[in-house]
Amino acid sequence: MDTNTLILMLVATVAAAIPLIFAALGELVVEKSGVLNLGVEGMMIVGALFAFIVAAETGQLWLATLVGALAGATMALIFGFITLSLMANQVATGLALTIFGVGLSAFIGQGYTSVALDGIKNLDIPVLSSLPVVGKLLFSYNILVYLAFAAFIAVTWFLYKTRAGLILRAVGESPSSAHALGYRVIRIRYLAVLFGGAMAGLAGAYLSLAYTPLWAEGMTAGRGWIALALVVFATWRPGRVLIGALLFGGVTIAQFHVQGLGVEIPSQFLSMLPYLATIIVLVLISRDAGVIRLNAPASLGQPWHNELH
Amino acid sequence: MKKTLFAQRFKTLASSLLLASTLGLAGTAAAEDPLKVGFIYVSPIGDAGWTYQHDLGRKAIEEKFGDKIQVKYVESVPEGAEAERVTREMASSGSKLIFGTSFGFMNPMLKVAKTFPDTHFEHATGYKTEANLGNYNARFYEGRYLSGIVAGSMTKTKTLGYVAAFPIPEVVMGINAFTRGAQSVNPDIKVKVIWVNSWFDPGREREAAVTLMDQDADVITHHTDSTAVVIAAEEKGKYAIAYHSDMSKYGPKAQLTAVTHHWEKFYIDQVQQALDKTWKPTSIWGGVKEGMIDIAPLNAVVPKEVAEKVEKAKAALADGSLHPFAGPVLDQDGKETVAAGSNMTDEVLLKMDYYVKGVDGKLPK
Repeated sequence: MDTNTLILMLVATVAAAIPLIFAALGELVVEKSGVLNLGVEGMMIVGALFAFIVAAETGQLWLATLVGALAGATMALIFGFITLSLMANQVATGLALTIFGVGLSAFIGQGYTSVALDGIKNLDIPVLSSLPVVGKLLFSYNILVYLAFAAFIAVTWFLYKTRAGLILRAVGESPSSAHALGYRVIRIRYLAVLFGGAMAGLAGAYLSLAYTPLWAEGMTAGRGWIALALVVFATWRPGRVLIGALLFGGVTIAQFHVQGLGVEIPSQFLSMLPYLATIIVLVLISRDAGVIRLNAPASLGQPWHNELH
Repeated sequence: MKKTLFAQRFKTLASSLLLASTLGLAGTAAAEDPLKVGFIYVSPIGDAGWTYQHDLGRKAIEEKFGDKIQVKYVESVPEGAEAERVTREMASSGSKLIFGTSFGFMNPMLKVAKTFPDTHFEHATGYKTEANLGNYNARFYEGRYLSGIVAGSMTKTKTLGYVAAFPIPEVVMGINAFTRGAQSVNPDIKVKVIWVNSWFDPGREREAAVTLMDQDADVITHHTDSTAVVIAAEEKGKYAIAYHSDMSKYGPKAQLTAVTHHWEKFYIDQVQQALDKTWKPTSIWGGVKEGMIDIAPLNAVVPKEVAEKVEKAKAALADGSLHPFAGPVLDQDGKETVAAGSNMTDEVLLKMDYYVKGVDGKLPK
């Protein structure tokens, strides 16, 4: 394999990993606050649809991206109201949110399957983009790719280097103690849930505006579920979420290359490989049970309300 | 058009509610009850693709027969038990002619057909018949062969790419016909295949398409359901051949042509026969000759000589002088599977489980 092929593979890997990075980072913050939202797939696809609608109607791709994030956050608000204010079961509500989102987007999106869109283009920075190797590898993506990596840095910094991040984690560990210290547990959880929704919406917008600029019913095709799994297998650590997402994208692209080169491995096995490889690697690097217990938010999924305590 | 999509949506909703209420009032008046016709689709109609093409057929019969028929359709019906429920409901609510358009509807329809002997059933892409169940299919591979000629004439790298869903005979048949079409232009051309193991996942379809183009394929095609492959080719400045529907809107520069299905005539014939009470279960496998398979208008970049060559091949397919699998057919190892002078039989075609010469890689089993 020559360097050129390798570069092309790496570029394709990054592009494939972006929706997972967005959605999984968002869910990571949600779960760190002690809330389990299984509705990522639903929020993602609603974000994809509304971003697409705005892009198709106005041609404003930035506005469209923003609306995609807002649409995801709106879905998250529904989830927040039901689980945080009404204290319903988080697992059931999250599942319902996904089913609702998939159905709603299919209904509203009917008229938009026919629309062809000029999506978000890859950057073409003078000089930088045309540098050998580095140009392709670092300076030739669309802007949302850079935003995803910026989000990674921001989330990591927020969770571990800021006071607000510490409070968020405290809420996820022991909401009652945080409450006793005077922190507004429900409000903090609402904010986390909204952030998670916006990130899932961004993942959707990336799919429908940049990656495959089209709208089709069910176009997220399970990426929300993969993002959810990544958070758990990465033991709630942003760095490992990033590794997991890139690994998943990388193995997906690599197995396509292997097929294209005509290597004799059954394609059904190759299709399974990204899931298998990601799980194995993440399980291996996170195999210390003590560390997992340390990272897993202790109150994950448990309803909490200040009037109960 | 763009600005009013929302308004249209609500208008349609409102008018269909209105229509529903007037129908409820006027239901008893007609002198002769219209023939009730039902369609069962496996996926949403959308704007391109397999179900969309069938729905064009539905629209054609509505236009042609007007109030002599009353048409109903159900979208996104999963194969299996759910299909049986929908079929049964359609039959018991008075539909006399029911079309099911997915392979997995075969056994459910067969079951229901036995309990409704007076209802006519037509099943697409299956192989079973019954006293009141016929089947119909299109010779997709003829269109694939024609598109292969186009691809073979336009490639500079002599490498073509094929994004495929599942290794079943129908898909393999298409890959082989496409390859033979391309090789009829230049025997050095090879076809790379990537299986995505999904009928519909725009992201994966795109990834496979990009991989093929990264590996030097400059004309790509697909046997999957979304428009992602054509869009990817447009983005990379390569060529694509679309499947099911004309997708030139999504890739005006990229799409060289598209292999398209046309069910209008078949549906009109069947409804006519049902109205005349002459309907009989048949097993129809129609191709270019019957007008069931065609290719979309060629892109302007395709030279005139190529267009003429394609036209000639199309005419030859229609009059039967050309068969995409006319012997000698060689498999990948160079073994002859059909001898010179004879054509592959339909029976063998429908069970195709090997790649012909010119396809790269091994067929997953």
